[in-house]
Amino acid sequence: MSATGIGAAVRRKEDFRFITGKGQYTDDISRPGQTYIHFVRSPHAHAKIKSIDGTETKTMPGVVAVLTGADLANDKIGNLICGWAITSKDGSPMKMSAHPAIANGKANHVGDAVAVVIAETLGQAKDAGEKVKVDYEVLPAVADPAKAQAAGAPQIHDVAPNNTIYQWHLGDQKAVEAAFKSANHVTKLDIINNRLVPNAIEPRAAIADYDAGNDALTLWNTSQNPHVARLVIAAFVGMAPEHKLRVIAPDVGGGFGSKIFIYPEEVVCLWAARKVGRPVKWVSDRSEAFVTDAHGRDHVTHAEMAFDHEGKITALRAKTIANLGAYMSTFSSSVPTYLYATLLSGQYSIPQIYCEVDAVYTNTVPVDAYRGAGRPEATFVVERLVEVGAREMGVDPADLRRRNFIKSFPHQTPVIMAYDAGDYNASLKKAMELADMKGFGKRKRDSARNGKLRGIGYSTYIEACGIAPSQAVGSLGAGVGLWESAEVRVNPTGSVEVLTGSHSHGQGHETTFAQLVSERLGIPIETISIVHGDTDKVQFGMGTYGSRSGAVGMTAIVKALDKVEAKAKKVAAFMLEAAEGDIEFKDGKFTVAGTDKAAAWGDVALNAYIAHKFTGAELEPGLKEGAFYDPTNFTFPAGCHICEVEIDPETGNTDVVAWTAVDDFGVVINPMIVEGQVHGGIAQGVGQALYEGTVYDKEGQLVTGSYMDYAMPRADYLPSFKVDTTETKCPSNPLGIKGCGEAGAIAAPAAVINAITDALGTEEIAMPASPATVWAALQKVQPRQAAE
Amino acid sequence: MPKVSMTVNGNAVTADADARTLLVQYLREGLRLTGTHVGCDTSQCGACVVHVDGKAVKACTMFAWEAEGKTVLTIEGLAQNGKLHPMQEAFRENHGLQCGFCTPGMIMTAVDMVNRKGHDLDDPTIRHELEGNICRCTGYHNIVKSIAAGAKAMA
Repeated sequence: MSATGIGAAVRRKEDFRFITGKGQYTDDISRPGQTYIHFVRSPHAHAKIKSIDGTETKTMPGVVAVLTGADLANDKIGNLICGWAITSKDGSPMKMSAHPAIANGKANHVGDAVAVVIAETLGQAKDAGEKVKVDYEVLPAVADPAKAQAAGAPQIHDVAPNNTIYQWHLGDQKAVEAAFKSANHVTKLDIINNRLVPNAIEPRAAIADYDAGNDALTLWNTSQNPHVARLVIAAFVGMAPEHKLRVIAPDVGGGFGSKIFIYPEEVVCLWAARKVGRPVKWVSDRSEAFVTDAHGRDHVTHAEMAFDHEGKITALRAKTIANLGAYMSTFSSSVPTYLYATLLSGQYSIPQIYCEVDAVYTNTVPVDAYRGAGRPEATFVVERLVEVGAREMGVDPADLRRRNFIKSFPHQTPVIMAYDAGDYNASLKKAMELADMKGFGKRKRDSARNGKLRGIGYSTYIEACGIAPSQAVGSLGAGVGLWESAEVRVNPTGSVEVLTGSHSHGQGHETTFAQLVSERLGIPIETISIVHGDTDKVQFGMGTYGSRSGAVGMTAIVKALDKVEAKAKKVAAFMLEAAEGDIEFKDGKFTVAGTDKAAAWGDVALNAYIAHKFTGAELEPGLKEGAFYDPTNFTFPAGCHICEVEIDPETGNTDVVAWTAVDDFGVVINPMIVEGQVHGGIAQGVGQALYEGTVYDKEGQLVTGSYMDYAMPRADYLPSFKVDTTETKCPSNPLGIKGCGEAGAIAAPAAVINAITDALGTEEIAMPASPATVWAALQKVQPRQAAE
Repeated sequence: MPKVSMTVNGNAVTADADARTLLVQYLREGLRLTGTHVGCDTSQCGACVVHVDGKAVKACTMFAWEAEGKTVLTIEGLAQNGKLHPMQEAFRENHGLQCGFCTPGMIMTAVDMVNRKGHDLDDPTIRHELEGNICRCTGYHNIVKSIAAGAKAMA
């Protein structure tokens, strides 16, 4: 292993600009003559817009324009779309409503835009926005997904009777019923997977600039996938042809899924910039982010697991209602279906699985992918069922897991996925040692002596990452392929630029991708630049989400490097006057087999461009190659997380006192960065389990609408984490990578709740397990005693 | 529009600021010092922490005119003579940042923490002192490590 190659904990190349305040986030960009846009938003969850009067607004200082949904419709700006078609079990297509970028006629959630004001300064735009008179007829609203389909519930979209978007299922219902009939034990749980607000610390932002001379638009935005944004805004919204629309996602301050989607504000800024003939800038307030950024999770589930007399799982069934909010966001339909039910086998050999999912509209902010997207929900169902099943049957939870682990690969689950490699017992064993499971009894007794309750919980999770094989997702309804592209440009002096369709918003691609190139070409990491996030530079790409950048994005780079090496060998053959087949390349040097003839990387690069050693008929000058890589399978990172908690029975407060994570991510490029990804994922998962809960009241008002009301983990809410890995290589990509970005968020909630319920002796704990929730539960039960 | 003057990163500066202009807007928009970030509107996240007369302040909680005549240090002024401040080095060395958005506020808070609490900071102290700064990427683990290391390096 070289100091900067694969497996080295290289310090990040991108950090210098961030630690010196020189990062360039969207809000840091200003365009000459820019105006500021303010969105006037519905204060009601559900209301007819009877009229909008902007007369007074237009007279306010600095106002450039006041625009409404009617103006948008008049200009024939199209609707936003959901790009993954789900078919109901009766064969009918999902019921996608119109989603205009500015509501026209009816507002469907608090925060739905109803008008915009564009002014010389942001203050002027906001002041003028106060003067827009909107006459609303307030309608009854529904925010609770469990009530959305009830008779008499307010109807949100005509296209979707009973607010039902689809009724989907997966698996063999009859076989599952038969398995339950012959079960020795059945464990049943009702689960609410709490709604979350992603809360990347950089709020979303957009600047649109119109170049009238070329009739071309440029959008700077906070996007995880600028090419997909351009495609949707060009092809579906109809803003401009793709070649006349440039989308640049510069430094992006965290995404966690919420910056995948194509949002109304980006569309409106582009449209308005062309309309007023000046750049238009929008930066979300945090309070605005709470009512416009797509939320995550929000499932209501009843789940059951059947066991035979040996504690072997024979079947699992789940019925889930998934809240998709007021409109179908970009990938919303796929999250509670193909990213959820397909993972219900967990790490276990389960012969039969059946899952039904009803997706519903409610008068809430749209819900879409948030870190893990469907897989945390599936893991929570499976890992709670297994843990509770073990307790009910009086079996050690680790032992029950071991009995049911999949042990041979490949393994075809009954829910589409074909797991390719893993060693689940290895990660469980290592995690149990690191967590000092043997010492837990003593620690629990020590806690008891201090009047505290101690509990421990496992989560042996699996996820499907490396999203995704295009043909597979196409057959399941995806409107796009999920391959990735790369282009390797070798300069005449031998330095290298890699253009990638992946997008880094904290993951450190500028370092890890450069490590791959450094290892492969044997050149210093300082001579490699990673270029991403600009549709004028990178031809096309699918962006970053679903832990895909390593497994898919880097494999595309490998393919391009293969081609670069092949061509460079041809150049070297001319230089060294040898047969191409005799040229060998190692450690940045080309040699002729069996001789001492050699040429350095930089000399070969220069010769490719000066083209003195070969004619154009023999070889094209230049050294630049591109590749598209389409994976053949998902990747399957898996591992074991163990959470240890101490609860104060007087206050109900839960302290996470220890965390152990042992993950199998396949081959690790940079262990420092991978550990950082795990830490962050765990924090978000602990956030879901203990702190984060999105509350809507009966009228559809968002009660938790700011950082004052929505609790997120702070530094003193968390312990330091013990993080380690095991390794089984992923067989489906040449690097053996599985992906690591979502693991912590997927594993953590079940581990925390399994630990709390272990301490309390009741399974009736809802997330977030706030002190009030835990305290109330404690009033009903006798806590489990420490074994002496 | 009225002018407000102060010393920022050692330079005497003057820029427009009306009565409601926040210090963070003055720095970002008036002086184009965009390293100080805005992550919330309720003074919770700490992305905008700068030093005013040597003390950490959330630049979104203060009007620009309140800083008239004062001395302000932002993330851009931390490195001296082209050499990174030890706390900046510590964040890079310990992977104390991912997306980088909360980082300027974290570093400015960390330097202030050392100024007040000394160079030997244990984990509970660091974690408690960070209650006004939110990071969504790192889970704080490496930020805590960075600050402990940076504090020692500042001695």
